[in-house]
Amino acid sequence: MLEFLGDRSGQILFSSWQHLSLVVQCLILATVLSVVIAALVYRSSALTSIANSVSAVGLTIPSFALIGLLIAPFGFGVTPAVIVVTFFAALPILRNAVVGLTGIDRAVIESARGIGMSRFRTLVRVELPMAWPVILAGIRVSAQMVMGIAAITAYALGPGLGGFIFSGLSRLGGANSLESVITGVVAVIILALILDLLLVGLGRITTPRGIRV
Amino acid sequence: MSETIHNADNQTGPHSAITGASILLDKVTKRYPGQQKAAVDGLTMEIPAGKIVMLVGPSGCGKTTTLKMINRLIEPTEGRIVLDEDDVTDIDGDALRRRIGYVIQAGGLFPHMTVATNIGIVPKMLGWSKEKIAARVDELLELVSLDPAVYRHRFPKELSGGQQQRIGVARALAADPPVLLMDEPFGAVDPITRQRLQDELLNIQEELQKTIVCVTHDFDEAVKLGDWIAIFTEGAQLVQYDTPERILADPANEFVENFIGSGAGLKQLTLTRVNEVNLADAVVASVGDLGSDVLSRLDEAGHNHAVVVDERRRPIQWLTRRQLTRLDRVSDDVDAKLPVVGDRATLNDALDTMLVSSAGAALVTGRRDTFLGVIDVETVMDAITRAHKHAMTAHSDGRPVGINTGTLDTVGTSGAATVGERPGG
Repeated sequence: MLEFLGDRSGQILFSSWQHLSLVVQCLILATVLSVVIAALVYRSSALTSIANSVSAVGLTIPSFALIGLLIAPFGFGVTPAVIVVTFFAALPILRNAVVGLTGIDRAVIESARGIGMSRFRTLVRVELPMAWPVILAGIRVSAQMVMGIAAITAYALGPGLGGFIFSGLSRLGGANSLESVITGVVAVIILALILDLLLVGLGRITTPRGIRV
Repeated sequence: MSETIHNADNQTGPHSAITGASILLDKVTKRYPGQQKAAVDGLTMEIPAGKIVMLVGPSGCGKTTTLKMINRLIEPTEGRIVLDEDDVTDIDGDALRRRIGYVIQAGGLFPHMTVATNIGIVPKMLGWSKEKIAARVDELLELVSLDPAVYRHRFPKELSGGQQQRIGVARALAADPPVLLMDEPFGAVDPITRQRLQDELLNIQEELQKTIVCVTHDFDEAVKLGDWIAIFTEGAQLVQYDTPERILADPANEFVENFIGSGAGLKQLTLTRVNEVNLADAVVASVGDLGSDVLSRLDEAGHNHAVVVDERRRPIQWLTRRQLTRLDRVSDDVDAKLPVVGDRATLNDALDTMLVSSAGAALVTGRRDTFLGVIDVETVMDAITRAHKHAMTAHSDGRPVGINTGTLDTVGTSGAATVGERPGG
């Protein structure tokens, strides 16, 4: 095992970095998309329930099936990987963003409008900052979830640690096959822990003292 | 329709000028889609500059809708809103609201911002410089009796309910708007805090002379704060729009009578302050006087009690004849349970104090707690009678206009009304 790690340390580090980079970039993209969608729907109760259904139903789609389906239109490589990871990352964030935005005390919004803040300024200066801790909780859930999903994108030859797992599984019983699978799995877990710590730190920095629990 | 704006000048306090603006609601109607009855129906109402106008009525009567149409948080379906001769019905609503202070229950503070950021938010939107905003924040914290050094960097959750409400008022005043709208501002605090906040608002108003429109369901609060009170029934039908004195003395109809509740006479007591009535004299003794001397002075004046004052003329004891006969010389003991009221207290407060005192009267103190005189139940009764007579006979100049189109009969019957001659008004 140690020999396997030693021989391939460069490759493992490179893949880990690519894996993390894929997840983080997709998370950022997913956060932006989710918040924009949430901001568009949260004022209407009909649209809100549609958004909630989409995020609930979306999570039931098997990620393996989705990536397989995307190979046909987008081919192999990074594109289907980014689409799948972003899609799954967006669902919990969207749900939390909608919950966070609709859960704000009406009185606070009324007073914001009452002192002359426009709808957009109210959203940016009052509603989003107040919903931010809830949105961030969604981002943390997403981060954990898509760490695993990103590994599956190796099926479409996407970047990351999935390659170790798939190549190991495909020749299980062969030389170093088990080591390869274990390396991939453990590295994904370690990355997930590191990212979660980073997100906790981000929460500390970005949550104003007044709404910290 | 704006005569009263000019009339209002002669009621201004001697030390400050009106900074408020007059407001005119001109045949304003609000209809919500899908509802047959209008929430507010053809309301015409004039709000004089520099006055506190209280909108009262049962819940769901449209008083809050009326208030929110002034800053167009709720857009009127019909009618015009005029602010100081300036038709604001069609200007940008956000720009309008930056010119109008707005206070809601519990302050409506932004929990993620510090006290200073909360207060400075409107000036910031108006593009003030950082230094100017910081100076203004400190000035306003002083105005609402909070130490800037202590509270500037706190968050709303680190404040008590009363303090949050104060910050809410400070934030509304930040850009020095001529008009302040308050929606049940003191509804969420305990009665003692509420009383203190009301007193504070009156002090601030005395200094600033804004036009304040305040919604409340508490008639006592309306009597205490209002220069004018507008009483609404369902559909924002204005039943009576008059001074508190007039409404108490001469309710327009049965609805108003019921709304005032029992004890209208008692409520008038909150309208008069102790320094406005004639105080009775008292026999004053100093520490070290001979008991027999004081007794003979009591006989001379025909009184039963003597007030003992210390060297700075602060009352320390109130002795009966019997206590005096037992004394050789007057001691310098301080009676902690002495019934004392300040001369700025309302007659209501004074009555409370004298009812628990054994003498059936209270000692009145002025600046630096010096003894001024004695107030007793008869004085209070006289004041009620006089206030009542005054309200009935006073003339009708300067009453602001307030009608519902098509429902003139409900309002017009109240007849002559009085000019507000509120203490400190």
